[in-house]
Amino acid sequence: MNISELPGDDDSGPTCRTYVFRNESHTLGNSLKCIINKYDDVEFCGYTVPHPAESKMHFRIQARETPALEVLKRGLKDLEMVCDHTINLFDKEVKRFNKV
Amino acid sequence: MPKFDEKPRVFLEEFRVKNAPEDYGLDDETWDFKKFVKKFKIVVVRMDNFEMEFDLIGIQPAFANAFRRLMLSEVPSMAIEKVMIKNNTSIIQDEVLAHRLGLIPLKADPRLFEYKSEDTEGTEFNTLEFSLKVKCTNSKSQPKDSYRAEDLYENHSIYSSHMKWHPIGNQATVYKEADVGPVHKDILISKMRPGHEIDLQMIAVKGIGKDHAKFSPVATATYRLLPEVTLTREVCDSEATLLQSCFSPGVIGIDSKNRAYVKDARYDACSRNVYRYDTIKDSAILSRVRDHFIFNVESVGAIPPQIIFVEAVKILRDKCRSFLDELNKFS
Repeated sequence: MNISELPGDDDSGPTCRTYVFRNESHTLGNSLKCIINKYDDVEFCGYTVPHPAESKMHFRIQARETPALEVLKRGLKDLEMVCDHTINLFDKEVKRFNKV
Repeated sequence: MPKFDEKPRVFLEEFRVKNAPEDYGLDDETWDFKKFVKKFKIVVVRMDNFEMEFDLIGIQPAFANAFRRLMLSEVPSMAIEKVMIKNNTSIIQDEVLAHRLGLIPLKADPRLFEYKSEDTEGTEFNTLEFSLKVKCTNSKSQPKDSYRAEDLYENHSIYSSHMKWHPIGNQATVYKEADVGPVHKDILISKMRPGHEIDLQMIAVKGIGKDHAKFSPVATATYRLLPEVTLTREVCDSEATLLQSCFSPGVIGIDSKNRAYVKDARYDACSRNVYRYDTIKDSAILSRVRDHFIFNVESVGAIPPQIIFVEAVKILRDKCRSFLDELNKFS
């Protein structure tokens, strides 16, 4: 179980959640936060590593109307598209450099 | 402040680092993948087998840092993990010797191997076996007047070339010794004198830098922002030479009329030396372009640097995929 929810958000409805990622750190947290913060519907997005000795990352999303789970899925999908595009562009540039 | 073009900048002033006044940060626009694709460029500047310099332009600092962190800690490589010491009479302690052996870079490509778990026996798909058996003796020919160790003793220094590979299973048909041995043959492991002997066996496995730094495939992977130097007024003669000495060589040139001009600010070290001299303090504006990252990736030797970068980005993509799969399974 690499993602779980932190309890205590029942009164705020499905739009506010804190997700706990296991075995993750600033690498994924900062990039995901960077993308999700720029969505129109998101009011708050932030992440923290509660203690450096534990490899956990808490990721909080507070949206106005969209459920937080949808926002998280959309963020992960966008990050995956960014990675794909980076790989393709980099391979193209390396090929072009090698031809020269 | 003179109007620059639309690149986001930070200005390196004398006592502080300042953001541009009209710049609200890289965070004020909504996320649009198409806009990102249009703005994002990669330029490869230099590339050989061990080192690579390339630029990522139009990307957030969070992504550049994520790629750097992944290259350092999550791209796997092979290194010696277990050392079975049968005999060690040298003066290097067992644990120090084992530590040194673990840090020796191996040329084996980690993509051809699987991870080995602690409890299972090593198979030909996840381990490499090496051995090291050296004994130091007095040299047969007794040189009369030399006191150098090379003349008096045989095998007085153990180098990584003394490591022998023992293929398991059908590894001998798939790999050659040159593909899986140490990257450098002249790494000094230990020094001995006559009577000392080292006899040990080593097991190399696949691991990641997060577990132990010996598994990191890069000597280092760093990035910096592109520096920019703009001259606000004409600087001539002796002031021009002084200005040239304030920057790294090659940044400022002096033309035929003895005026200074900016040749190429890319390799400037940004030492802000210009602010030490009152006469030329006001003549230059130093800044950095905030979304232009100059990466420098030095590989340890097992995998070429361009592969390391692609593997790092693939790892981030696979992380996203696995989290998406888990979320879709449970919702």
